[in-house]
Amino acid sequence: MDQTQEKAPRPQDQTSVFVTRKRTFTLAFLGVALIFVISAVATDYEVIGGLESIPKAVVWMARHFIPDAKAWSRLPYILSKLSETALVSVAVTVCAAICAFFFSLPGTKTTKTAPWIARIVRIIAAFFRNVPDIVWAILLLFSFGENILTGFFALFFATFGMLTRTFIETIDEVSASCVEALYATGATSLQTVFNGVIPSSLPEIVSWVLYMIETNIRSSTLIGMLTATGIGYLFDLYYKRMDYSSASLVVISIVILVIAIEILSNKIRKVIM
Amino acid sequence: MSELDIAGQPPLSLEISQYIRKTRGGKIKTATKSRSDHAIKITIFVLLTLTIYGFATFNYKNVDIAKALAGTWSNIKVLFGQPKLTYGTWGGSLKALFVTFSLGALATIFGAIIAFFGSLLCAKNIANSFVANITKSFVAFIRAVPTILWVLIFTVAAGLGSVAAVIGLTFHSAGYLIKAYAESIEEMDEGTIEALKASGASFWQIVFQAILPSSISRMTAWTFLRFEINFTNALAVGAAAGVGGIGFDLYMAGNHYFDLRELGFITYIVVAAVILLEMIATKIKATVR
Amino acid sequence: MPILEFKNVSKIYNNTTKALTDISFSVSEGEFVSIIGPSGSGKSTILRCINRLVDATQGSIIFDGHDIKQADKKEIRQVRKKAGMIFQHYNLVDRLSVIENVLHGRLGYKSVISGVIGHYTEAEKEKAFQILAMLGLTEQAYKRCDELSGGQKQRVGIARSLMQEPRLILCDEPIASLDPSSSKIIMDYLSNINETMKITCIANLHQVDVALRYAKRIIGITAGQIVYDGPPEKLTKAKIYDIYQSDEGELITDVK
Ligand SMILES: Nc1ncnc2c1ncn2[C@@H]1O[C@H](COP(=O)(O)OP(=O)(O)OP(=O)(O)O)[C@@H](O)[C@H]1O
Ligand SMILES: [Mg+2]
Repeated sequence: MDQTQEKAPRPQDQTSVFVTRKRTFTLAFLGVALIFVISAVATDYEVIGGLESIPKAVVWMARHFIPDAKAWSRLPYILSKLSETALVSVAVTVCAAICAFFFSLPGTKTTKTAPWIARIVRIIAAFFRNVPDIVWAILLLFSFGENILTGFFALFFATFGMLTRTFIETIDEVSASCVEALYATGATSLQTVFNGVIPSSLPEIVSWVLYMIETNIRSSTLIGMLTATGIGYLFDLYYKRMDYSSASLVVISIVILVIAIEILSNKIRKVIM
Repeated sequence: MSELDIAGQPPLSLEISQYIRKTRGGKIKTATKSRSDHAIKITIFVLLTLTIYGFATFNYKNVDIAKALAGTWSNIKVLFGQPKLTYGTWGGSLKALFVTFSLGALATIFGAIIAFFGSLLCAKNIANSFVANITKSFVAFIRAVPTILWVLIFTVAAGLGSVAAVIGLTFHSAGYLIKAYAESIEEMDEGTIEALKASGASFWQIVFQAILPSSISRMTAWTFLRFEINFTNALAVGAAAGVGGIGFDLYMAGNHYFDLRELGFITYIVVAAVILLEMIATKIKATVR
Repeated sequence: MPILEFKNVSKIYNNTTKALTDISFSVSEGEFVSIIGPSGSGKSTILRCINRLVDATQGSIIFDGHDIKQADKKEIRQVRKKAGMIFQHYNLVDRLSVIENVLHGRLGYKSVISGVIGHYTEAEKEKAFQILAMLGLTEQAYKRCDELSGGQKQRVGIARSLMQEPRLILCDEPIASLDPSSSKIIMDYLSNINETMKITCIANLHQVDVALRYAKRIIGITAGQIVYDGPPEKLTKAKIYDIYQSDEGELITDVK
């Protein structure tokens, strides 16, 4: 919408703008309301019950979801599982990022590959990105069983797909101009990648890796429940035993880890960008 | 050409040499070490070390990796090559898909409503910085808890069902959208708000007459992007917390019936839905930019 | 013997856009040629055909005795080594130091491996410093390129192309992003390089007055065709009007 027009003292104009705007808003509002009603019916969602449940949940959490002495005694074990999950997330992201970087290169304009190769790269990336990580996890469970590698590969595939697309976009955006100049000096594609593409896109890439690590910690908690590994498994265990105070300590430890990583990555991002 | 001939070039004059930096080995340095390059190097080094340390310490439970990978490969071929419904029906799957869509939609709508007001407390150009910081910390806390844990917590607190799933999904959506909306608001023209303030407009007048109209298109785009994410999250929550939808069907096919073909069929439905959403999201992104 | 010869060159992008139609001209060693013409007339396309950043559709381009249209990958590398290129937006690797960017000019001479790991000989590094000194950039040698001003960046671009020991320098609107005083500095350097080093220069320029002042020969193109090829003295108002058609001609009538 045009703001200058709003400020201008032109009453007729203004009213017509307001009328159309009102109509659009009303239509949009009705549309959203319709989606809401249909969705609520489809999922048996109780609107009132939902609203009531929030204060109930807060009360319940205040009463039961607080670590007690028994929970604190489990802290070392919780931390060991937490570090396992964190390490898996880092390892997955780093491995996927390395693979995705080299895989994305033929998909970018910087390597002057044939268009059909670039197309294939994009299709493969789309495949890995669009098959949800839980499908991979369930599939991998068949052969790997409840193993740390199940979650590793499930997250690896999803992260690989996601990062490949991101890297293609990033690299084309950041390094197009210097790449052209390097080719013009007679450099080969490999030389151009190492002297132009990598130096100019590295900060963006590192920043994406940090972001994916953060995301993967949350995802691997969920995957861990399916594959019985890491902190997700531990939460599930305490939760099913109804040992909510231990479960709460698990949640608190995750929160602290994730926030610490977020703060650290933001600091790093500020320096490197 | 002789001027440029490298072999026969004259020695460097003193004036130039004083600017040349040398390494300890007496070679001419070429790189500069900026703070940012340094930080990148350290970050990469730490990440690689953690990765190696991780691989060295993981408990692999003696799994035969080669065999498991070979098995997985043949499973992938069955999954994607021979999809077939045995336990479920077409209608049932589509209905479950719709449930997952609906869970995502509800969470997106709730998240958007909360985020709209939350972002007003957060956006630098309109909010008071004290309130903004408190809101941001609160959002950071909410986002730090994985969605599935919120769902499970609310399952105990509010009983199993769509309520717990929707609330769990809403928490993250709100956190994500608050940040996104706040950025959209921050991007708007400073002058507009100033001018309206000067003309004596109230806060809500400013919000509805200036902020909303100018950032609504970006906000809509973000909201749809979040819907895409919520769909995948609803899927995962369905599988891991058993709250229904097509995610639960995935879980049943794989972990209950152990039927790869059934899993394959449902996967195809899911992937088709995800691709459709991604295509719409890309379109929306392009129009907003 | 001409160093560069275009024989009936045409270029059609994507089977649809006609960028060049039947272009013929030849440039002898040591010339300073300026190509002028309205936006989209095909100036950049001509330069890019020379170092094969773009493949001409028809005709032949002879550079230093070789037909570069027939060149294979290895020969293209040879051609690019001998033809330096300078860009409107400098096209440096912004996060690397000035000296590293200058040394990139040697990549065409290196084996793939030593180029990849960035191994340069001491002689090459000294050469790079000498070129920087010549362009008044010694003090900037260890700065990162994103810390430089536009004029300094363009001088790094020139240094990089000189590092190639080129026979020919292709300048694609070298001063289009610069203020008048930096533009003058850059053009003076280019003309100096052309005169003292006998390096042939072909520069695409938007500013007719600059082209007239520096070039010894002007090629005017419109819609992919040469409409003027001759010395600057003979470029009359009417001819300029011809090249730019309508309005733009009037904008620059004060030149002569
Ligand atoms: N990569 C490309 N793909 C398709 N068409 C192109 C491409 N590059 C240039 N063209 C087209 O070819 C024609 C000539 O373009 P060129 O860049 O050579 O013009 P120019 O004279 O350099 O213009 P400017 O002064 O704006 O730089 C234009 O119509 C342009 O749209
Ligand atoms: Mg051009």
